[in-house]
Amino acid sequence: TSNERLLIKGGRVVNDDQSFYADVYVEDGVIKQVGENLVVPGGVRVVEAEGRMVIPGGIDTNTCLNKAYLDSPPVDDFYQGTKAALAGGTTMIIDHVTPQPGTSLLQVFEQWQEVADRKCCCDYSLHVDIPQWDEGVKDELEVLVQEKGINSFQVYMAYKDLFQMTDTQLYEAFSFLSNLGAVVLVHAENGDLIAQEQKKILEMGITGPEGHPLSRPEELEAEAVFRAITIGNRVNCPVYITRVMSKSAADTLTQARRKGCVVFGEPLTASLATDGSHYWNRNWAKAAACVTSPPLSPDPTTPQHLHTLLACGDLQVVGSGHCAYSTAQKAIGKDNFTLIPEGTNGLEERMGFVWDRAAALGKMDENQFVAVTSTNAAKIFNLYPRKGRIAVGSDADIVIWDPDRIKTITAKLQQSALEYNIFEGMECRGVPVLVVSQGRVVYEDDKLNVQQGTGRFIPRKPFPDHAYQRINTRNKVIGRQAVSRGVYDGPVYDVPSTPKYITPAPSAKTSPTTQQPPPIRNLHQSNFSLSGAQVDDNVPRRSGHRIIAPPGGRSNITSLG
Amino acid sequence: MSFQGKKNIPRLTSDKLIIKGGKIVNDDQSFYADIYIEDGTIKQIGENLIVPSGVKTVDAYGHIVIPGGIDVNTSLQAPHMGMSPADDFYHGTRAALAGGTTMIIDHVVPEPGASLLAAFDQWRDTADKRSCCDYSLHIDITRWHEGMFEELETLVKDHGVNSFLVYMAYKDKYQSSDSQMYEIFSILRDLGAIAQVHAENGDIIDEEQKKLLDLGITGPEGHVLSHSEEVETEAVYRAITIAKQANCPLYVTKVMSKPAADVVAKARKKGMVVYGEPITASLGTDGSHYWSKNWAKAAAFVMSPPLSPDPATPDYLNSMLSCGDLQVTASAHCTFSTAQKAVGKDNFTFIPEGTNGIEERMSIVWDKAVATGKMDENEFVAVTSTNAAKIFNLYPRKGRIAVGSDADLVIWNTKETKTFSAKSHNLTVEMNIFEGMECRGFPVVVISQGRIILEGEKLDVMEGSGRFVPRKAFPDYVYKRIKARSRMAEARGVPRGNYDGPVHDVISMTKSVPPTPTTRGPSCPGKTTAGPARNLHQSGFTLSGTQMDDHIPRRTAQRIVAPPGGRSNITSLS
Repeated sequence: TSNERLLIKGGRVVNDDQSFYADVYVEDGVIKQVGENLVVPGGVRVVEAEGRMVIPGGIDTNTCLNKAYLDSPPVDDFYQGTKAALAGGTTMIIDHVTPQPGTSLLQVFEQWQEVADRKCCCDYSLHVDIPQWDEGVKDELEVLVQEKGINSFQVYMAYKDLFQMTDTQLYEAFSFLSNLGAVVLVHAENGDLIAQEQKKILEMGITGPEGHPLSRPEELEAEAVFRAITIGNRVNCPVYITRVMSKSAADTLTQARRKGCVVFGEPLTASLATDGSHYWNRNWAKAAACVTSPPLSPDPTTPQHLHTLLACGDLQVVGSGHCAYSTAQKAIGKDNFTLIPEGTNGLEERMGFVWDRAAALGKMDENQFVAVTSTNAAKIFNLYPRKGRIAVGSDADIVIWDPDRIKTITAKLQQSALEYNIFEGMECRGVPVLVVSQGRVVYEDDKLNVQQGTGRFIPRKPFPDHAYQRINTRNKVIGRQAVSRGVYDGPVYDVPSTPKYITPAPSAKTSPTTQQPPPIRNLHQSNFSLSGAQVDDNVPRRSGHRIIAPPGGRSNITSLG
Repeated sequence: MSFQGKKNIPRLTSDKLIIKGGKIVNDDQSFYADIYIEDGTIKQIGENLIVPSGVKTVDAYGHIVIPGGIDVNTSLQAPHMGMSPADDFYHGTRAALAGGTTMIIDHVVPEPGASLLAAFDQWRDTADKRSCCDYSLHIDITRWHEGMFEELETLVKDHGVNSFLVYMAYKDKYQSSDSQMYEIFSILRDLGAIAQVHAENGDIIDEEQKKLLDLGITGPEGHVLSHSEEVETEAVYRAITIAKQANCPLYVTKVMSKPAADVVAKARKKGMVVYGEPITASLGTDGSHYWSKNWAKAAAFVMSPPLSPDPATPDYLNSMLSCGDLQVTASAHCTFSTAQKAVGKDNFTFIPEGTNGIEERMSIVWDKAVATGKMDENEFVAVTSTNAAKIFNLYPRKGRIAVGSDADLVIWNTKETKTFSAKSHNLTVEMNIFEGMECRGFPVVVISQGRIILEGEKLDVMEGSGRFVPRKAFPDYVYKRIKARSRMAEARGVPRGNYDGPVHDVISMTKSVPPTPTTRGPSCPGKTTAGPARNLHQSGFTLSGTQMDDHIPRRTAQRIVAPPGGRSNITSLS
C-alpha cells in the first residue's frame, strides 16, 4: 500500500531479546536493512531517532471496536479505535468478533472483516468468540481455521443463559480446537454464581454500578481460571486467559504455569493502571465508566501485583479490552447495574502505562517491555516474526519511544471519541514520538496522519509453535495404555435386569450415552503384550517409590475366593 | 447433663463398670484416672472412686483410654445398580466396634427424585434393627428442586439431621450445577446445617471415561485415569468458592489427593469455614494397585475420588491431619464382593465403587501418624473422634471422656501390632485393601453404651442395640463464625443524586433475532424486566461516610498517591 522509503537513524533498536544501536531502513512496508552505515538509495526520508528507543509497534490483542450493545455500536469504531491505537504506539490490533447465539460465525466474521477493511488505519486480525457450542459450530470453526486465517477463539464461562458454556461443552470445545491447532481464549468468571449474586444484590436494593463488583467478587474469577486451566490440562490444549483483573486470578494462573500447564494470561490496561474503588464514586457516570467484566478489583494493590507478574514472565501479554460506550449508552443501566454495557477505554494508554508503572520503576527492562506489549502476542498468535520484531524481512511497524516524556491523560486530548477517560488526570511517563505503520509515518509531533481503510487483515496460521510445540510433544508422550490381564473367570453378581427405581440409568458413574456402546475392543482377548510387569509408566511419580511396606500388603493372593 | 433422643431404645444393659489404671486421653489433655460407668453414661472420673459393690472392674493398666471413635462416612445401606453393599449395618457396625469405633454416621442416598424423608425412614428402620453401635445419618441430595426445601426443614428441625451431601460428580445422575449448589448452600446455611460435598468434576470425568473406553482401556486402571487428581482439586476449589459466596460451612468428604488437601488448607488460611476428611484408604494406601495384574485386587480399590497413584500421598495427608489442616478421619466404608465388582469386568465404569476401612481406620492413623511421631495422642483423639463430634454437634455427649458423656470408650494398646487380612477381618468381603499391613495400635477393650463389646479377642455385639443419635442444627464449632459473618456481610448501595444526563434510546432493541441481545446474561428470565425492589435514589437512606465501601476490608490499606480515577472534578456530563 505504501512505497515510502524511510531510514530511521541513530536509534537504539530494542527487541525482546536484546538492544543495540543500529539504523533501520524501510522500503515497501518491510524492513530491508538493519545495521550501521547502511547503503540506501538517494531521496530517502531520514528520521533522526536521536538515541531514543526504536521498538516493534505494539500489538493489542484484545479490542472490541464493532461489538454492538442493544444494536448500538460502540463510539470507537475501527476508524476511531485504530487512530487511538496508533497514537499510543500500537500498530496492530486483534479484535473480537462477537456473534450472537444462533447466528453464523462465518457470516459475522465476514461482516466484521468487511467493516474493518473499510475503516481500519492499522493492520488487524480477528479472534472469533463462540457464543454457544453445538455440532453446527464445528464446521464453521474448521473453515475459519483452515481457510480464513483465524487461530484463536474465545469461549465464555460467564453470561449465564447467553454465552456461558458448561464444563462438558468446554471440554468438547477445547478438544476440538486443540485438534485444529487453535488457541482457546477464555473469559473466566463463574456465570452461575454471578447470576445468583446479581439477583441477591438487586433484591437488596443496590442498583448502582457498585453492584457490579459486588456481584462479581474476584473469587469467582479465580475459580473460573482454575477450572479453565484444569480442563485445558486434561485435554492438553493451550489456554489463554483474557482479562486477568485480580491478584487471585493471576496467582492461580502463575501456579498452574509452575506445574507446567500451557497457559497464558492477559492483564488489561485498566487492571494495570487503576482499581475498582471508583465503582463507589458518587458520580454515577464515572462509576459506570469503569464497568467491565471481570470488574476492576477494589484491592488497590492489584495493579502493582499484576505488573510484577508481567515483569517476571508469569503473565505474558497486555491487552486493552478497549470497548467504548458513551455515557448515554452506559445510562441504559442507570436503574439496574446489570444493564450497563460493559467496557472501558485503554487502547491508546496501554503501552504508556506499562512503561510508566513497570519499566520506569525498574520492575521491568526495556526488552521485557517489548515482549509484553508486542513480541509475546505475536508469538502466541502466530504473527512472529512478521510482527513483534525489528528484523530484516519483518513488517515495518515501528515506534520511536521516548521513555522520559510525561503525558497527562485527559479525554480532551485523546483520539477516542469517549467523553470520559477512566484514567483522566493520570500522568504517564513514556510516549511514542513517531509511529511507522506499514512503512508509513502515521504519527509524528503529536499529529496523526492516517488514512481510513489502509489496515490490512493479517491471517494467522494454526499450530503456533510458541503454544503448540509442547502440546504436540505431550500428545505423543502421554499415550495411555491398558494393563494386560488374564481373563477374569470368577463369579459375577447377577444385576437385576430392570432397575427398581425411577431413574433411567442405574449406573452411578456414567451418563446414559456412555453405557450403551460396549468397549470397542476387548483387551483380554487381544494379543497385546507389554514387557514390564505393570503398565504404570504414565504415572511419573512412581519413580520416587519409597514405601517400605507396600500399601496393599505383601500378600500373594493370585486366585480369588 | 441430659440429652434428647435416648428414649427410643429400652436399656438393654445396666452394666456397671469401673475402668482402672489407664491413662485417659482427651483431645486437650491426658491424665491418669479411673472411670466409673453406669447406665451407659460416665458417672465419675477420678482416683479412689467410691462405687457400689459388685461392679465389674476392667483393667486398663499400661494402656490409654480414649473416647470411642466416630466414623462420619459410611455407606452400609446405599445400593449400587440394585446391588446392596456386602457389609450392611450389622456387619459394618460389628467391624467398626472391633476396630475401636463406637459411632458411625451413615449416608442416606435417596434415588434421584425420591423423597428424602421416605429414604430417611427406610434407613432408620433398617439401622434400628441391625446396627450394633450408635449411629446418625447424613442425607445426600441427589437431585435438587425447589420443593425440597420443606423436606430439608423437617429433617433438620424434627428429625435430627444437620448435614447434607451434594455431588459435583456422577453426571446425569446425582450431579448438581453451580447454581443449584449455591441455592442448596444458602438454604443449609439458613437452616444451620453443614454442606458436605463429593468433590469431583463430573463433566470432565464423563468425557474422560468416554475417551478411555474408546482407547480400549476397560480395566480398573481406567478408573483412576479418568478420575485424575486435577478433577478432584478443581471441584474442591469450586465448592469452596461457592460456599464462600453463600457463607455456608463446607465439609469436603473423601480428601484423596495432595493437591485437593492443599486447596482445603489454603482456603482455611484465608479464613474459610471448611473441613477436610481424608479416609482410611487415602491415609493407608495408594493408587498403584489399580495397575495390579490381578483384576479382583485392582477392582477392590475402585472408589471415587480414586486413590492417588502418587505413593507419597498417605504420608502427606497424615502430616496435614497432624497439623490441623485436615480435621476428621472417616472410612467411607462401602464394600462390594468380588462378584459384585465383577459386574464391571469388561467396563470399569460399571465397577461398583467403595473400599473397606471401617475396622482399620483408627489403627492406621495410629500407625502412620502417632507411632511415627507426626501426631500426639491427643490429636489422635481429635481426628478420630472429637473433631467429628464437634462439627456434627454430638459434643460433648460423644467424643470426650467426661462425666455425663456417653460411655463409648476404648482401651487402646499402643505398643503391639496387629496385621490386617481378609482372613481375620470382621467383614464379609473376600478382599481387604490393606491385606498384610501391620499396624501398631489397636483396641483391646471396646465399650459401647456402657457395655463391653470387645475384650481381648472376643467380640460380643448385640444386633439392633445401636441407637439413632439426633443432631441439632447450628453446631457452635461451625456456626459461631458463620453467624458473625452473616451480620457483617451486609453490602450497601451508594447514595447518589439522580442521573439526569442523556440516556441512549433502546426502543429499537426488538429488531434483532435473539431474545435479549444484551451482552450480559440477564440473571434469570424475568429478573431484568422487573425493576429493583426499592429505588435508593428516592429513599431517605443516608450514611455518615462519603463512600460506602467499608465492607471492602482492603481499602483501609489505600496507598494510592494519584487517585486512579484522576483528580478531575467532572460533576456534570458533557
